[in-house]
Amino acid sequence: MTKSLRFVWVTAVAIIVSVTLSCATKQTEETAPTGSKEAESGPVFSPTGNEGSIAGVIAYTAAAPTPRKIQMDSDPICAQKGKDATSEELLVKDGKLQNVFVFVKSGLPRNTFPTPSQEVVLDQVGCRYVPHVVGLQTNQAFKVVNSDATNHNVHPVPQKNREWNETQYASAPPIIKKFPLEEVLIPVKCNQHSWMKAWVGVLKHPFFAVSGADGSFTIKGLPPGEYELEAWHEKLNSKTLKVTVKEKTEAKADFSFEASTAYQRGALKLQPALVLP
Amino acid sequence: MGRILAIAIWLVTLATLVVFASGRWSFPAPASAHGLLIDRQFNVTWVIVGVGFALAQIALGYVVWRYPRGKRGRAFYTTGNARVEVICAAITAIVFVSLAIFGQTVWAELHLRDAPADAVLVEVTGQQFVWNFRYPGADGKFGGSRPELYNDEDNAATARPGPLGIDPKDPLGLDDLVSVGLMVVPVNRPVKLILRAKDVTHSFFVPALRFKQDAVPGLRINVHFTPIREGRYEIACAELCGISHHRMRAFLEVRSQSEFEKWLQEKASQ
Repeated sequence: MTKSLRFVWVTAVAIIVSVTLSCATKQTEETAPTGSKEAESGPVFSPTGNEGSIAGVIAYTAAAPTPRKIQMDSDPICAQKGKDATSEELLVKDGKLQNVFVFVKSGLPRNTFPTPSQEVVLDQVGCRYVPHVVGLQTNQAFKVVNSDATNHNVHPVPQKNREWNETQYASAPPIIKKFPLEEVLIPVKCNQHSWMKAWVGVLKHPFFAVSGADGSFTIKGLPPGEYELEAWHEKLNSKTLKVTVKEKTEAKADFSFEASTAYQRGALKLQPALVLP
Repeated sequence: MGRILAIAIWLVTLATLVVFASGRWSFPAPASAHGLLIDRQFNVTWVIVGVGFALAQIALGYVVWRYPRGKRGRAFYTTGNARVEVICAAITAIVFVSLAIFGQTVWAELHLRDAPADAVLVEVTGQQFVWNFRYPGADGKFGGSRPELYNDEDNAATARPGPLGIDPKDPLGLDDLVSVGLMVVPVNRPVKLILRAKDVTHSFFVPALRFKQDAVPGLRINVHFTPIREGRYEIACAELCGISHHRMRAFLEVRSQSEFEKWLQEKASQ
């Protein structure tokens, strides 16, 4: 081996080693801050037995939209399974609004809330995400399952957490991920099926709920206190409410949304093509 | 050893020619008016290239057979003969320029000339990783499209703004219909396409139509064709456009005029 050839080899190996090491260090840096932040935010929360709850109903004052048929023709397996699928953006029944993510925005004691050991499941059935809106805690296991006989490509698009997308073949094992940072809410797309959409709310605490088909929700286990509650809907934006929770009682918090007068928000955010310093 | 290698070269050549000549891997039957012309161009090209390929491989085998290692001395390099090289280059140039001239009529007809006035108008928009097809409705005109309104989640045919961001305030867009993943056209009638792309370059490829054209962001590319056979055909993306490029497909259904109109009415009610 000539001297110059040896020099090339040594340089190449040095570059590979340094790149590998820098990647490994970066990974450690990304997970480290979450732990230290939690340690800063107070002692671990433990229930005293005096906890109360918040329950309410989400109303929608405008006329319910006529269900519109989702087109799944690009994938014959989806088209067959989802023949009658309609848009899930705005689900209203008897004046009650479904899929509203309700959560405690502020007012909680300075505690850390232990991460639940059970995983939160997002399933793919008939080329739709089920459930459409789901909440979980930071670092809680987020399990994505494919129950369809076709391939999906699961693609959350977070602003704060790390973005990822993974292909999940029919009958492939579940994808299990975590979101280390609080973020309300992360849209989840499917790169194979443009119409598929889910929303994932990530919070540091367990005080959140998603309104059901009857528009109702309940948030349990809240220590007595004054809270700011936020109700978020993907098309109607959000509303807040002050609620006082007393010992062992259920506080009422009803929200009411009206039709959005503005243009409906799309998925695209325009960015400048060139950012100059 | 040299003789075995020569025989191997001839066998591989023969097998390749047989596979191509059998038509085993050729296109599906043509479903468009220009399909036969494209096929004729393909066949002429195959024959010319095939003959050249066969002659070159036979010659290669002959050299390997005739001059085995060590028997007749070492091979030597020649700097070439300018006259022979000029003749070879000229023959190649004449063959390829003739093929281009021979084929440009059908290309120009589809890509450079305007579609006939009675053509069905369809706007095709590629995006990662789906094809959207828009029909202009009774007014024959498309409503304005605004990128900030793109909404793939509600992709119903009458959804506003829907995946193409149709401006809900533009009266021209009120009767537009958007079909996602399925393009339906009437048989024996010219179809005019306006090709667009939302994000990156895609290529609209329908093998059965012998039709392929890039869709480029920021451009509106006009092309046209006439389907002549009813049926369901695959539409593929022929330009690497991202991780799921291989799954970016849609379907083309060529139906009778009445079936086509019925389909449009169904879409308008969804």
